[in-house]
Amino acid sequence: MAAGGFRRYATYGTATAAGVFTNTVFGFIVAYTYIALWDERPGLGGYDQAQALTFVWVSQAMLAAASLLGGGFQEEVQERIRTGDIAVDLYRPADLQLWWLAADLGRAAFQLLGRGVVPLLAGALAFPLALPADPARWLLFTVSVVLALTVSFAVRYLLGLAAFWLMDGAGINMMAAVVTIFCSGMLLPLTVFPGGFGELVRLLPWSAMLQVPLDVLLGTHAGAGGAARALGFQAGWALVLLGAGRLVQSAATRKVVIQGG
Amino acid sequence: MRDDRGVRDVRDVVSWRGRAREGLRGYRLIVAMWIRSTMAYRASFLLASFGNAVISLLDFVAIAVMFSHIEALGGFTLPEVALLYGTCSVSLGLADLFLGNTDRIGLRIRDGSLDTMLVRPVPVLAQVAADRFALRRLGRITQGLAVMTWGISVLEVDWTAGKVLLVPVMVVAGAGIFAAVLVAGAAFQFIAGDAAEVQNSFTYGGCTMLQYPPTVFGRDLLRGVTFVVPLAFVNWLPALYVLGRPVPLGLPQWTAFLSPLVAFLLFLPASLAWRAGVRSYRSTGS
Repeated sequence: MAAGGFRRYATYGTATAAGVFTNTVFGFIVAYTYIALWDERPGLGGYDQAQALTFVWVSQAMLAAASLLGGGFQEEVQERIRTGDIAVDLYRPADLQLWWLAADLGRAAFQLLGRGVVPLLAGALAFPLALPADPARWLLFTVSVVLALTVSFAVRYLLGLAAFWLMDGAGINMMAAVVTIFCSGMLLPLTVFPGGFGELVRLLPWSAMLQVPLDVLLGTHAGAGGAARALGFQAGWALVLLGAGRLVQSAATRKVVIQGG
Repeated sequence: MRDDRGVRDVRDVVSWRGRAREGLRGYRLIVAMWIRSTMAYRASFLLASFGNAVISLLDFVAIAVMFSHIEALGGFTLPEVALLYGTCSVSLGLADLFLGNTDRIGLRIRDGSLDTMLVRPVPVLAQVAADRFALRRLGRITQGLAVMTWGISVLEVDWTAGKVLLVPVMVVAGAGIFAAVLVAGAAFQFIAGDAAEVQNSFTYGGCTMLQYPPTVFGRDLLRGVTFVVPLAFVNWLPALYVLGRPVPLGLPQWTAFLSPLVAFLLFLPASLAWRAGVRSYRSTGS
């Protein structure tokens, strides 16, 4: 299923090239504004300028994979719910949630390679980045990215299922995109957010989608204990949200049976 | 239905003005249809408009968070940035409202549904522009206007007649520039296939850049957005004049007033490219 998801997105060659171009352009624009900001306030949010620039370019590289701007499979789930095709999916021998998780991870793997590598290289050539040389750090980062993608999936699965109750998903998808963009660290690293509000957003699941993997890569969590706490935070949210998805799914399935009867 | 309709159509099609009128009429009808269909899910529409306004508001919140740590960014204060932010947000919002779905052309080429548009008696551009007309985009316009109004109300500017006039001119001409970029982007999709995102980098990306003062960016980038894709005319040059700041790249002061002309000049190649695109179109046959 994951391989299928990968191949499906790999057929959109031009769309991917266009996406790479867009991510690179946005990366440049944001990078310039961060340079101006960190010139003014060195060390803001606990990052030096090179780390802030790394934040920009790695965010651009992860953007499509983690579906931070929306998009992805949830619209398809909503469409299948609206048309009733979902009934067919429910009779399949495979578990619905795992089925979509596999497909979404395949999509994400493709987008990480297809839309992630080139913008990051462009950024690394044009700006001084603070990418770590330590392979262990990259390994931790990879684990953290997989957890980030899982948390992102779990949230979007809930959005998809919401269509059982709200026939049209456009509104809720839009609201979800708003929250994701703001609370993941996409607009500004969450460590820059002031006071109690900053602390709150750092505890929410969206921070597991971008802020945490970046902090793992930049090594801002000191030592093995720090990294373990960061990954544990992500894994905790992944389990809670996947569990919630499962509960909603069974509630929704019962609803389908009632409608069908 | 009027009896002379057929006759009138034939006469109209030969004249350019008639075609424009037909285009506008078709556009209006399609837009009205989409508005009715949006209103069928009223709660979802309200949520989507609200979401649209909040999405754009959150960019501004991020800027405000930046300014909670600093006094000035690139030498510009928060109200000055608010003016830049608001004007380009409204311009892009207007262009997006009227022409935003032209980026779906790639999709239509791929699934063959463009063919149906070609046989209808309404110019294709009008149909493509009105396709899935999204009234929720009023959300961004409203939010942009609010930020712009706030910026203007707290700025200390020596208002002259020229400056007062320049604000609405800049917003409308800016919308025209973005609209021309959207048409050119749609034309590009005839060659490049599904490349809607390239268009996004000039429109949304351009607007993200124009929110910040030009002093933040490198000279090469400034040259690019002044002389190659003249986005600097959307709000930078006019707004710098309003704020009484020096124009970048050593351009003369009067360039601040050129935006409407730039919008017009940009439309010429964009519409030519669009025509060439429609002519070169070969159906996928599906």
